[in-house]
Formats: sequence, C-alpha cells, structure tokens
Amino acid sequence: MRTVRAILLRELTGYFATPVAYVFIVLFLVLIGWLTFEVGGLLARDQADLQAFFPFHPWVFLLLVPAVSMRLWAEERRQGTLELLMTLPVAPWQAVLGKFLAAWIFMAVALALTGPVWATVAYLGDPDHGAIATGYLGSLLLAGAYLAIGAAVSAATANQVIAFVVTAAVCFAMTATGLPLATAVVADWGPRGLVDAVSAFSFLTRYEGLMRGVVSLPDVVFFLSTMATALYVNVLIVAGRPGA
Amino acid sequence: MIELDQVSRRFGSMIAVDHVSLTVRQGEVVGFLGPNGAGKTTTMRLATGYLAPTTGRARIDGIDVIDRPVAARRRFGYLPEGAPLYPEMSPRGLLRFAGAVRGITRRAARRAIDRVAERAGLSAVLDRPIGTLSKGFKRRTALAAALLHQPPALILDEPTDGLDPNQKHQVRQLIGELAPSTAILISTHLLEEVETVCTRAVVIADGSVVADETPAELANRLPDGRLDEVFRLLTSGDAAHGAAA
Repeated sequence: MRTVRAILLRELTGYFATPVAYVFIVLFLVLIGWLTFEVGGLLARDQADLQAFFPFHPWVFLLLVPAVSMRLWAEERRQGTLELLMTLPVAPWQAVLGKFLAAWIFMAVALALTGPVWATVAYLGDPDHGAIATGYLGSLLLAGAYLAIGAAVSAATANQVIAFVVTAAVCFAMTATGLPLATAVVADWGPRGLVDAVSAFSFLTRYEGLMRGVVSLPDVVFFLSTMATALYVNVLIVAGRPGA
Repeated sequence: MIELDQVSRRFGSMIAVDHVSLTVRQGEVVGFLGPNGAGKTTTMRLATGYLAPTTGRARIDGIDVIDRPVAARRRFGYLPEGAPLYPEMSPRGLLRFAGAVRGITRRAARRAIDRVAERAGLSAVLDRPIGTLSKGFKRRTALAAALLHQPPALILDEPTDGLDPNQKHQVRQLIGELAPSTAILISTHLLEEVETVCTRAVVIADGSVVADETPAELANRLPDGRLDEVFRLLTSGDAAHGAAA
C-alpha cells in the first residue's frame, strides 16, 4: 500500500501543480450551479431537497470525467514517463489503483465544493440530510465508475483526444440505456426480461435510486463491481503492452 | 549482475533484436555500441523487462525480469532513452517519489537525495520544475533517480547524450567511481566514451552482436588501431541499414 500511496500522492500533487485542476473545478461548479439554479429551478421549486441538483450529475460528468481520466495513462505514454514508472518496483495493479484513487479523490474534492448548494437548502428549509448524503454517495460512485472506464480506455491509447471521445461514448451508452427512450426501443421487439436487463445495467437506473435517497445494496455493489471490472481490464492492458 | 540469455524481440515481421547474449559482472562497465536503429534501446528495454522478449531470458542478479518483475526492478537503476520525466515535478519531488516507491524511509531518502544530487551536480536546481530545466539537467535528474537506491546494477541508455563536454566528463567520472561496486551497462554511439570508461565493448548491428571484447582488442582489429574505422567496418554491412527500432 506504500507504493499505491506514493503514486496517489504524486498524481494528486500533479493535478494541482498545473492549472488543469483549477480550470476543471471552476468549470464544474459553474456548470452544475447554472443547471441547478437556472434550469433545475432549485429556489423556484420551493422544496427543501436537492432534486434540482443531482439529476444533472450523470450528464455533467459525461463531459468532465473523461477530461480527467483521459490523461491518466495516455499522458504517460506520450511523455515516455510510462517507461520510468514501469521500471520502478511498481506492480501494474499498484499503479492502476494509485492513479484511479487520485482521480477519484480529485472528483470528491470537486463534489465537496458543491457544499454551498446543500447549505442553501439547509438554510432555507429543513431538508432530509440523510437523503442528500445518499445522493452525494451515488454521485461519487457514478463518478468512480466513469473514471474507472476512462482509465482503462486511457491505458489503451497514447492519444488523449481518442481517450476522451471513447470514454464519453462508452459512458453515454452505459447511462442512456436507462432512459425511457432507450428502454422503449428494446420494448418494441424484445421480451420484458430483456428490457429489465438493459435497464439494470444502466448507470442511470442505478443512480436514480441513490439520488432519491434510497441506499440499496445492489446499486452500490453494481457501481463497485463496475469499477473493479474496469480497473481489472486496466491492469491487463498495462501489464500486457507496456512498451508497445 | 546483468544477464541477457539469447534474447530476441520481434515487432510484427521485423526482428529488432536477434539472439543477443550478454553478461555484465560487478566491476565491469560494458559499452553497448551500434549505429542508430541497430537495436540498442530495444536491448536495454529487454534487459529491464520493460519489453518482454519474444524468446530468451533476461536476469538481474539472477532474478528473471519477466517472472519476478518487481523483485528484479529493486536491483537495478535505469536511465531510459531520452530521460523521460514528469515536467511539473521538481528534481527533489521526483527523487522523493522514486524513494517512496522503493520503500526508502523519509530520513534515509533525504540523505540519499542530497548524496545523488551532489554527485549528479543537481543541487542548484533541486526545487525548480523539471519542465524548465535544460536538457543536461534533465538527463542528470534521471541519472540521479537511477542511482538513488545504490543498485547493484545500472542500465543507462545514452547517459551523456545532450551534455556539454564538462558535464560528459563529470558523468564519466561518476560511472568510474561507481564501477567497482556495480555492474554497469551503458549504450552510446560515442566511441571516445568506450575508450575512456568501458572495460568491455559490445557492438551490435542489425539486432545481432558482432563483437564483444575489450576496447583495446576492438581497436587492434585494424592495423592503425582506430576505433571509428573498426566500428564502421563492423556495422556498415548492407544488413545494418534497413533496420529501425
């Protein structure tokens, strides 16, 4: 774990040593703030909850998380530092985990900075704080799943633009399958079971439960196992084609 | 000890390294010579395990670099081609990171960093971002990272490339000082480097070893004793041209 920690700290300080982290956080807060207050009408709804805040996360993350994950490995390949890293006594899983956790902590920091939105409803009314905390948990799990997929994609290419586009596309597909539009397409010809299966594999379906304040173990396990699977693929890619 | 045992590496249909065997013992400085594209960097990468050989084995201190990669990597220091580094970090940050990954305690790392920074002539720039440093400082930062844990084996891909004559002299002196306790493999295309620091020269052309002897023996292959002529003779066959890697 000492090695994982060293990699995590190096990555995290790397984010904040360049303007990238600050640009990202500001962009995220402006975007989520605008959507929550203007589009979602947080104040106009006159309700002490964050149902004008959480529904936007899957779509905002779709744009911003691939921007964080794209550089994780592609940048190392481009700079040639992958050779430096992978000739240090570091096992692939340690590098993969360290990098992923650093990116996830970074996303957690960005999410934590939306605290004033929570404070706003707490000041104006008497919200269900447990439900809001659950919403944040869902949002963090969703970001983790996007990040893990993005990390695996990033490991497969030295081109960050490709990493961004492919990650956004995969995450969009995994999210949009939960939209009524998508399930309706399947329902036209498929059996009921297939419709449920498609919907069950959607990030959106899983996230919506948590967003409403319902902590269900299957949803949490779904996100964690998605992360584990994507990170495992990431390890295979890093171990399989280091010098190529 | 660095050992390559009949290692080959193919990239698609091209054979970049063809059955290369090579042993570097403690106290030896082996100069790995060859024209550009002869397979020097690929061979260095095979020696470290960064690339897996298509056939053959590479071992550091008897430990197979593919079967037990992490254990093998603890026993060597490696300067990759072009000295790739994280531009946003400072040399001190990079050395701290290398120390942490290698399991060196904070206090020991502080001492080790002071030691290698002084040896590599980095002390003045330790806290500047690597991205703003000259090529010579970057190379010496990467070299310092390779020396940090006092490894029994050193694999240095063109350690003096991009350095000015004084810096070259300094690095060669450093290699000479480390030699008695270390097995050192350096790749270079500078023949003077072979004459000044190497105890043995291995010449590679088109992926194959064409000579493995002392620099003096190598020079004596021609009556006038000029190493550059011998080098040209050994490496300028038709086969030596088309290769790239």
